[in-house]
Amino acid sequence: MTDGDGAAAGGAAFIELDGVEKVFDVRRKTGFLKRERREVRAVDGLSFTVARGEMVGYIGPNGAGKSTTIKMLTGILTPSGGRLRVAGIDPSRERTRLAHRIGVVFGQRTTLWWDLPLIDSYRLMHRMYRIPDARYRENLDRCVELLQLAELLEVPVRQLSLGQRMRGDIAAALLHDPDVLYLDEPTIGLDVVSKAKVRGFLRDVNAERGTTVLLTTHDLQDIEQLCSRVMVIDHGRLMYDGPLAGLHEVGESERTLVVDLERELPPVEAPAPARVVRVEGPRQWLAFPASASAAGLVAAIAARYPLVDLSVREPDIEAVIAKMYAERASA
Amino acid sequence: MTEAAGTAGPAGSAGAAGVDGPGRPGPRRGRVLEGLRAYGLIAAMWIRSTMAYRTSFVLMTVANFAMTVLDFVAILLMFSQVDALGGWSLAEVAFLYGVSGVSFGLADLAVGSMERLGRRVRDGTLDTLLVRPVPVLAQMAADRFALRRLGRVTQGVLVLVYALVLLDVDWTVAKVLLMPVMLLSGAGIFCAVFVAAAAFQFVAQDASEVANAFTYGGTTMLQYPPTVFAQDLVRGATFVVPLAFVNWLPAGYVLDRPFPLALPEWVAFTPPLVAVACCALAGLAWRAGLRSYRSTGS
Ligand SMILES: Nc1ncnc2c1ncn2[C@@H]1O[C@H](COP(=O)(O)OP(=O)(O)OP(=O)(O)O)[C@@H](O)[C@H]1O
Ligand SMILES: [Mg+2]
Repeated sequence: MTDGDGAAAGGAAFIELDGVEKVFDVRRKTGFLKRERREVRAVDGLSFTVARGEMVGYIGPNGAGKSTTIKMLTGILTPSGGRLRVAGIDPSRERTRLAHRIGVVFGQRTTLWWDLPLIDSYRLMHRMYRIPDARYRENLDRCVELLQLAELLEVPVRQLSLGQRMRGDIAAALLHDPDVLYLDEPTIGLDVVSKAKVRGFLRDVNAERGTTVLLTTHDLQDIEQLCSRVMVIDHGRLMYDGPLAGLHEVGESERTLVVDLERELPPVEAPAPARVVRVEGPRQWLAFPASASAAGLVAAIAARYPLVDLSVREPDIEAVIAKMYAERASA
Repeated sequence: MTEAAGTAGPAGSAGAAGVDGPGRPGPRRGRVLEGLRAYGLIAAMWIRSTMAYRTSFVLMTVANFAMTVLDFVAILLMFSQVDALGGWSLAEVAFLYGVSGVSFGLADLAVGSMERLGRRVRDGTLDTLLVRPVPVLAQMAADRFALRRLGRVTQGVLVLVYALVLLDVDWTVAKVLLMPVMLLSGAGIFCAVFVAAAAFQFVAQDASEVANAFTYGGTTMLQYPPTVFAQDLVRGATFVVPLAFVNWLPAGYVLDRPFPLALPEWVAFTPPLVAVACCALAGLAWRAGLRSYRSTGS
């Protein structure tokens, strides 16, 4: 096999997927003793590569197949078809060998020992991963400092708040210096300050250690601030792969201008292609292309209508994806 | 942190040679050693954490002990009404009880946590064990390792000692040697039953009752002489789920009693082989079960 050494030498593809599929057999009770079998194609012929040291955002609507992909990349799930390699290793066949080289954070569930103090989990990982003592201490100190874990080390994991636990999980995933870090919704449920902290930390890890990062999220800001490359999937298929800015162009996404008028009025007449999409009392919503300037539109409206307040909303990623998918389906 | 490495024992020192993470010893043997080492590490962590609450640990152990004592009192009460049960005297039944209790207690201590597998499969938390670099079986078995389960082992030992004092055994070298062999093989057989029952929960996640029927139900059955059960049940316990090899057959030899199902005498010495075979089969069942694991949607 050519893979093993090629990837380890720091070559092009560190994560490699070639026509990867995952089909779930779902059985559903439809009546007494009656069952219906259905196939769910969670991942459907997915191919991409990620180079060593890249930081890639992996997004898509609910049920797109993001978590399923990550589970295949860690070896939790075995692909139904296709070829998959991480650091030259086939994850499902050599799961425990791969485990030394990857770190995983599931936003939805912890990999820490629920009933024990945080530090106990770290101590156990130290031994379990055979992390050299000096390395362990250095990595732990760093994580404790940057993720502000000092006060939490003696607290049982179940008593930590969601944001605290997430920080604890991120530290746990990095103690053994993994080559690649998978993060499945690492900022879910975090407040603004915690999000900023986590993002800053991840950026540093990627920059200083050269850790390859694959990140799923529903928060576009995570991607904006961290990833130079984004992949969008839907129905298990890759819809887009490139820079985030390009996604807006491809998706022909729209921003929204929300205006508060002095009183209830019929929909404002705005210069095309802007148009009113919603009216609620004195408040109106206008959609306009993301590439167009908001200033001109605001000026045009202010000139003719009694404007009290306004705000501009950036296109949200779900809308972009939904639009992309609709276009693909109709094409 | 030297104590953790110490607990891991020979497995720890044998495997820990490679200082660097990724390097691991050869395939099959390496995996077993790696599993034992991980088991030691995790169990040591749980012991340390329970010892932080020493009073609660002592209370739990005593409670565990007391509960199993009551269990034996029921048998004593029964014998206040009758002189023999299926032709076996109180001392003989106590012998069966003691062997069954110690074997089961040791297995329960070692791998009793496996019965929680069904829940982890259902809620998908098994995922987190799969991303760690050590065998899932070891992680599952050592999870919440509870030394208080020694309460049951202690009670079994006491009942066994009581039986040996009452009994008038014609000790031979073979019989003396058979004693520890019987207890350890019995523990091995029960371990295999625990693991196989857990493997079954990969397929049927709500089957913990079925699993309990074989583990807890099994040890209760073995507390009574085979003569009180229907022939078919004894046959099943010999040839299908070979619990008879835990005590009925070897105890029959030690106590010079006729063997159930008219089996030859040499079967009394087969428990180690049966235990090894059972563990191998349970291991295969576990592997198949783990392969069928498909996580959850969220
Ligand atoms: N273990 C499973 N058994 C059956 N179906 C599953 C399983 N896991 C995922 N699925 C199905 O596969 C599809 C993809 O799920 P997946 O969890 O990968 O989505 P996702 O992109 O992570 O979504 P979300 O943003 O909601 O987390 C969904 O239709 C889901 O119902
Ligand atoms: Mg998901």
